[in-house]
Amino acid sequence: MDGQSASRTQGPQGTQASAPVEGGAARRGVPRTVPLLLYGLLLLALIAAPMAGAYPVFVLKVLCFALFACAFNLLIGYTGLLSFGHAAFFGGAGYVAGHAMKVWGVTPEVGLVLGTLAGAAIGYVVGALAIRRQGIYFSMITLALAQMLFFFCLQAPFTGGEDGLQGIPRGKLFGVLSLSDDLTLYYVALAIIVLAFALIVRTVHSPFGQILKAIKENEPRAISLGYDTDRFKLMAFVLSAALSGLAGAIKALVLGFETLTDVHWSMSGTVILMTLVGGLGTLSGPIVGAFVIVALENKLGDIGSFLASATGVEWFNSLGESVTMVTGVIFVICVLLFRRGIMGELQALFSRSRH
Amino acid sequence: MDIFGIPLPAMLSQLLLGLVNGAFYAMLSLGLAVIFGLLNVINFAHGALFMLGAVLAWMGMEYAGLNYWVMLLLAPVVVGVIGVVIEKTMLRWIYKLDHIYGLLLTLGITLVIEGVFRSIYGVSGLPYSTPELLAGATDLGFMILPNYRAWVVVASLAVCLATWYMIEKTKLGAYLRAGTENPKLVEAFGVNVPLMVTLTYGFGVALAAFAGVLAAPVIQISPLMGQNLIIVVFAVVVIGGMGSILGSIVTGLGLGVIEGLTKVFYPEASSTVVFLIMVIVLLLRPAGLFGREK
Repeated sequence: MDGQSASRTQGPQGTQASAPVEGGAARRGVPRTVPLLLYGLLLLALIAAPMAGAYPVFVLKVLCFALFACAFNLLIGYTGLLSFGHAAFFGGAGYVAGHAMKVWGVTPEVGLVLGTLAGAAIGYVVGALAIRRQGIYFSMITLALAQMLFFFCLQAPFTGGEDGLQGIPRGKLFGVLSLSDDLTLYYVALAIIVLAFALIVRTVHSPFGQILKAIKENEPRAISLGYDTDRFKLMAFVLSAALSGLAGAIKALVLGFETLTDVHWSMSGTVILMTLVGGLGTLSGPIVGAFVIVALENKLGDIGSFLASATGVEWFNSLGESVTMVTGVIFVICVLLFRRGIMGELQALFSRSRH
Repeated sequence: MDIFGIPLPAMLSQLLLGLVNGAFYAMLSLGLAVIFGLLNVINFAHGALFMLGAVLAWMGMEYAGLNYWVMLLLAPVVVGVIGVVIEKTMLRWIYKLDHIYGLLLTLGITLVIEGVFRSIYGVSGLPYSTPELLAGATDLGFMILPNYRAWVVVASLAVCLATWYMIEKTKLGAYLRAGTENPKLVEAFGVNVPLMVTLTYGFGVALAAFAGVLAAPVIQISPLMGQNLIIVVFAVVVIGGMGSILGSIVTGLGLGVIEGLTKVFYPEASSTVVFLIMVIVLLLRPAGLFGREK
């Protein structure tokens, strides 16, 4: 217990770093309207994106990862639990939603609900087992259980094994509105994702969210205040898993296929990286992080050839094939130098310039 | 003679395979436990460094003509030095932070190491033949014993027991155990704790590399060979708990054997059986078999 309380003061945010979360910035005199305004602008930009020539399916893919990262952040950033198994909820829900829409022929909204429920159910089992142990063991257990699900998906007949689940139909929303048009699908999915994000914001600022923060900062204290912390941790875990499941189900619907990549542990690593790059415990960080990482994965080849022509070093041309390596380097840099992430640093900068 | 309808020789050979895997689990979880004890870091890079040991053995043979026995000594030394560099340049800066940063940092290191070797060698296996001295098999009458597999089990057991002896019975081990309990106090007695931490990390990863070289002739060498293993070893560590050295060894070997037996009776479950056991242990004994919660 001793080592734990010592490390708690230096939690994922650190004592000093925990100030510049959005709420904290507002308290320090940054007008409350600024973040609201920024979110409004982001929403407008997203609504206008397809007209400005952005490829809807690609934007949706980024948004699915953004929602996934926000859901993940609910655990690590606000409850202080590092789950290393979120791929299980994301991919597991994708398989369930995909299977339901393809084989059972349900309508998309039923598929998404089933996916979300699947995420929640897997989350309940994994969470109930993992919170029996503290700290680093928690992460190892979630990783191991997610790997178990990976092997299950590899062998189970309905997932299509190595080939994955192909040709998931988009169907008609409520049996009426056909989603086969990219634009229609875009606005429907955007609406769902915005609602899910609003739910996360609401949760973070609710009394429930405050209790989660109390658990993160000092669990023994929260227990002594009379909170059944295990129950709250499990609820946060299930909520996070359900929203990750929703993100995975939407992704399966949008892309029309589901593969083992989504349940592989490296997907859990990716979502950790997105959240870390954007800023643990910031509301907007995971969105920024998801955008940065997806863009990086897609554009790494271009960046490489640009660097090669700029510096004359031939090796940069092969950068596009070394996504893993670059991801690893970003991890190391983030942990060593940049623990607050992009939004965390920005907020720290902002509140410093105000004083 | 048959046991539950399985011919005895087939059963024994799977048992031996299980022991071989268990020996790797034991060596890796032992290294993880020693490192975690002193550094409070769960070394995700352990799998990558295990891989590095195997690839170094292959590289030594391919590029320098160094045989298995030379590499069995050389690869752990090289990896140990790499470990010292990793500890001095990176891990050192995160000890005061939450555990999770140690896991994330070593995950990053893993991705870099695997990425480098993937871009050089791809993901297909590299061939490595059994050393001549241990090629072939011995007929024990009731089963055919492949010499190399027997050697892997014997060698890893010897290394594990030597480690146990060093930590539990020698003066150096006493410092190490004291450092695990209370590093500040040990430092006050004039022991150079930072140096001890560095060397412990170096030793832990050298152990992984040793396991890697041992594995080179029996497991296909590929840049990804470490990542599936490390997750199973994490489960082993959760089952055994990291408090006891002997516990890590016994748990590792035992789970390897159980996995081997599962391959005989219900092959579909062989990749998940360790995780299932982890679930059962979590339900019945949340602190792990040899655990003391830290």
